[in-house]
Amino acid sequence: MTSEIVQKYFRIENLPHIWCPGCSNGVVTRALTVAIDELGLDQDNIVVVSGIGCSSRAPGYLDFNTLHTTHGRGLAFATGIKLANPKLDVILIAGDGDVSAIGGNHLIHAARRNIDITTIVFNNNIYGMTGGQYSPTTPTDAKGTTAPHGNIDKPFDIAQLATAAGATYASRTTAYHVNQMVKYFKDAITNKGFSMVEVASICPTYYGRKNKSGSGVQMMQTLKNDFIDRMAYDKLPEEKKAGKHLMGVFKNITLPEYTAEYQRVIEALQGGESNE
Amino acid sequence: MSKKTVKLMQGNEACVEAALMAGMKFFAGYPITPSTELAEISSEKLPRVGGKFIQMEDEIAGIAAAIGGSIAGLKSMTATSGPGFSLKQENIGYAAIAEIPLVIVNVMRGGPSTGLPTSPAQGDVMQAKWGTHGDHAIIALSPQSVMETFDITIKAFNLAEKYRTPVIVLTDEVVGHMREKIEIPEPGDIEIVNRTVPGPGEDYLPYRLEAGDIVPKMAPFGAGYRYHITGLFHDETGFPSNSTENADIMLKRMISKIEDNRDDIVMFDEFMMEDAEYAIISYGSTARTVRNAIKTLREQGMKVGLFRPITIWPSAEKEIREVGRKVKKIIVAEMNMGQYVQEVERIVKSDAEVFHLGRANGEVLMPSEVVQKAKEVF
Ligand SMILES: Cc1ncc(C[n+]2csc(CCOP(=O)(O)OP(=O)(O)O)c2C)c(N)n1
Ligand code: SF4
Repeated sequence: MTSEIVQKYFRIENLPHIWCPGCSNGVVTRALTVAIDELGLDQDNIVVVSGIGCSSRAPGYLDFNTLHTTHGRGLAFATGIKLANPKLDVILIAGDGDVSAIGGNHLIHAARRNIDITTIVFNNNIYGMTGGQYSPTTPTDAKGTTAPHGNIDKPFDIAQLATAAGATYASRTTAYHVNQMVKYFKDAITNKGFSMVEVASICPTYYGRKNKSGSGVQMMQTLKNDFIDRMAYDKLPEEKKAGKHLMGVFKNITLPEYTAEYQRVIEALQGGESNE
Repeated sequence: MSKKTVKLMQGNEACVEAALMAGMKFFAGYPITPSTELAEISSEKLPRVGGKFIQMEDEIAGIAAAIGGSIAGLKSMTATSGPGFSLKQENIGYAAIAEIPLVIVNVMRGGPSTGLPTSPAQGDVMQAKWGTHGDHAIIALSPQSVMETFDITIKAFNLAEKYRTPVIVLTDEVVGHMREKIEIPEPGDIEIVNRTVPGPGEDYLPYRLEAGDIVPKMAPFGAGYRYHITGLFHDETGFPSNSTENADIMLKRMISKIEDNRDDIVMFDEFMMEDAEYAIISYGSTARTVRNAIKTLREQGMKVGLFRPITIWPSAEKEIREVGRKVKKIIVAEMNMGQYVQEVERIVKSDAEVFHLGRANGEVLMPSEVVQKAKEVF
């Protein structure tokens, strides 16, 4: 039996999806539809854009206006759509490689502009689609198919990167914390500005196997154990802080939004008329 | 007689003027000499007509945002030169496979790499055709003057909309920066083509070709059709398909919508070709040099004419073949080390002997050089 949510927001005819058993992509994608449902948004008005990767295949399963673009460039396409028609609710789905390696430049500039796009990063710390190469969020010493001797890179903190670049909303949660994830998605979509929700995710097939992280279930358990709210973390005794990762809201402020500012330019020049 | 406004304008300026008259409402780009005026003028004028301009973080983002603008329903343009044109290639292919109307202006400059930033060249002719990976058809137009830049830009938008395809305007530093008098027609006297959109409540499949249409209808995002666009091979539904049979059908349709409509797409011009025994084939600003040289050669009694492709891709295959049958020898004159000459050789085969006159050092060809070459080989 498919749930009402799935019936309403998924393109049932395109299921089953291509994701591996145990992958968290399905959980995160579903949480997004729950958030949209709870917000009561008009399905016809929602645009979901992605780049290329396992996570970027999500829009194809979702019953909205959906755009699967080129690797890393989703935010640039999304920027065009949002600026052309600011009434649309524009959401980007991206992998960690997609948004912080090849698309890193677009991420910081979309955040800097504070354009009203919600970016959801499925951060599985690896390049899933191409078979397990290390990404900009692969932890130091972890293994990937291109880091067989252990990764010597230092990882990006994507939520903090977006914050530093100018995002007006930025938070991090995990694929395990579904209720929090739904709440963050709702807050991010509601924010009039650039929003980032980084979702710590799992790729049992490549990251898990290479790093002996156990099954999908065990990796979910690890998300539950290792992630701690940033406020709670501060109160932890020093000896308990090791190995913990922070989740929570890093930024939530209001600043002028890009398309609204552009609209002001139009109105100043011609007294309110626009092509919208 | 319809009224026309006479103005003195730069080529790049005329391009934006025409784009606006064609209905451009969205421009995204990244500055680069000698195309920068296109961004500057668009940024000044677009918000005045309720349109949108955005300076993106690089050329890749520029074309991506322009495609996004088109998907949202606005006529969109991006503009660049040399290095920026290289950066745009992946997404030109995206616009081709996803069938997104888009105009890309490339004001050619000397290359490769940063090359000769402020000098003219015609070195991107082959890149315009094959710069993006994979099989596809493309439309590229090359103007020789400011007036023609105006006309061609209107045409570029019309072709983009009619055939749901990226159209490249291949101009060059000379045409882009030259100032000439042009006659701007009244808006009502210009033919404007808009993409066909599905009617309300219509049972819509985004990539289904309906009887009587050249391309599938295109709904803007947000109009209630909720469909999928991807750069993967897809079927009529828009969703990815791995079927080799489907890939075959789709690719052939994408290519034939352009190749089969050459008669509508191909524009060319001839000068003193009626009685010509020799021909010079040349395009863009170089064709003006050639025209000048032809007058000199004619005065000296040589029966030589000019064939000038305006549509570079798809090439004027039929007409160039006829030129080959008519004359004994052909010179292809262009500001590169030998690009379009390959296309001419492919077409005329052994019907005529083909020679090349070209240079890519940043200097335009001089009429005297053309005259000399003609005397040498004709
Ligand atoms: C320009 C370009 N470079 C490389 C690739 C190959 N590629 C496809 S997906 C991908 C990385 C995917 O990793 P990520 O973005 O983290 O997403 P995931 O698959 O893990 O969800 C790469 C390198 C591509 N499609 N395009
Ligand atoms: S490869 Fe990894 S990220 Fe991709 S579907 Fe499989 S488990 Fe998920």
